[in-house]
Amino acid sequence: MTQVSFEASFQKKIDEEIMIEPQDYMPDEYRKTLIRQISQHAHSEIVGMLPEANWITRAPSLRRKAVLLAKVQDEGGHGLYLYSAAETLGITRDQMLHQLHTGAAKYSSIFNYPTITWADMGAIGWLVDGAAIMNQVPLCRTSYGPYARAMVRVCKEESFHQRQGYEIMLSLAKGTPVQKQMAQDALNRWWAPALMMFGPLDAVSPNTAKSMEWRIKRFTNDELRQRFIDVTVEQIRILGLELPDANIKWNEERGHYDSSELNWDEFWNVVKGNGPCNKERLATRVKAWEDGAWVREAASAYAEKRKTKKAA
Amino acid sequence: MSNENKEWPLWEVFIRSKAGLDHKHAGSLHAADAQMAIENARDVYTRRMEGISIWVVESNHIHASNPEEAAAFFDPAQDKIYRHPTFYNLPDELKHM
Repeated sequence: MTQVSFEASFQKKIDEEIMIEPQDYMPDEYRKTLIRQISQHAHSEIVGMLPEANWITRAPSLRRKAVLLAKVQDEGGHGLYLYSAAETLGITRDQMLHQLHTGAAKYSSIFNYPTITWADMGAIGWLVDGAAIMNQVPLCRTSYGPYARAMVRVCKEESFHQRQGYEIMLSLAKGTPVQKQMAQDALNRWWAPALMMFGPLDAVSPNTAKSMEWRIKRFTNDELRQRFIDVTVEQIRILGLELPDANIKWNEERGHYDSSELNWDEFWNVVKGNGPCNKERLATRVKAWEDGAWVREAASAYAEKRKTKKAA
Repeated sequence: MSNENKEWPLWEVFIRSKAGLDHKHAGSLHAADAQMAIENARDVYTRRMEGISIWVVESNHIHASNPEEAAAFFDPAQDKIYRHPTFYNLPDELKHM
């Protein structure tokens, strides 16, 4: 087969909804796009542990602490599923970690915002994990098999993350006026960054068209963002909190809620590394990696010792 | 923060979800040896009681059929529908078979 017929038969498979597996032919650009997307996704899970880890020792009850610990542990697991999926495309774990630690790779900008009160644990679980789920459910049918399978596993586990966050918000919103204010403040601060998690507007998203053609993505950034707004407005009402954006209004004609234009300058600024916590997050992550060096060395030494013992 | 070249080997993880079922491929992970791979697999793949037994095998020990030859390779089974019970025409009054 010529290069052209390889690509034609690849696209035919995609159009027929036949999953692509690691050993199958795929265009270089498809492979590159997937490596970028899956590794960014993995990095987001790993860096995503940091803002919440910040609150584990200060959780208000043992129940909340156990739950938060389990959630953060899940994020670590999700990072591992995703790194393995990316490795099937020919990049090594060490290469990906190197890209993360040197700042060459991106992760979701949402994790560059600070978690200043306990209510942020509620808002993150509810809004950030909620937005992630909205993104991830269609990815369970993404065209690359290992990525899709990892996402099925992730989605099964994420649902508790969102529910525990909403439960925290509910307790605060039904609590004292100060607690309610804390919940409102967290909602107000996390609303716009959560909406930005869906990525830039379709009109300026460089990767959307090709990703849709390859069925890596099933819905555009704007479609998913709108869907998130529509379901979340209802959830805000149930909490009894104020809407975080005065321009949220039901649009009968569109059948959707309208809302304010997001501050895209802020978005690009955080992507470029100038968000409130970019430097701190990366530094924490690098320190964790370096502090863990002795553990990795000890595990290798122990494996070696066990092997020699067995041989003897 | 060196780009370490001492990456642990990759292991494929297979999990039996309950007694009587086959071990099924769950995913993969890195570990220094088999014992640690099993322990890591417990933490990564069975946080919600998904398994009662774990197998791990180093990924480079897996041999696979070639996807490019799949059509020819699986061709022998293509035209043998008589291997399926529905191929046989039997009278309707035959109730139990």
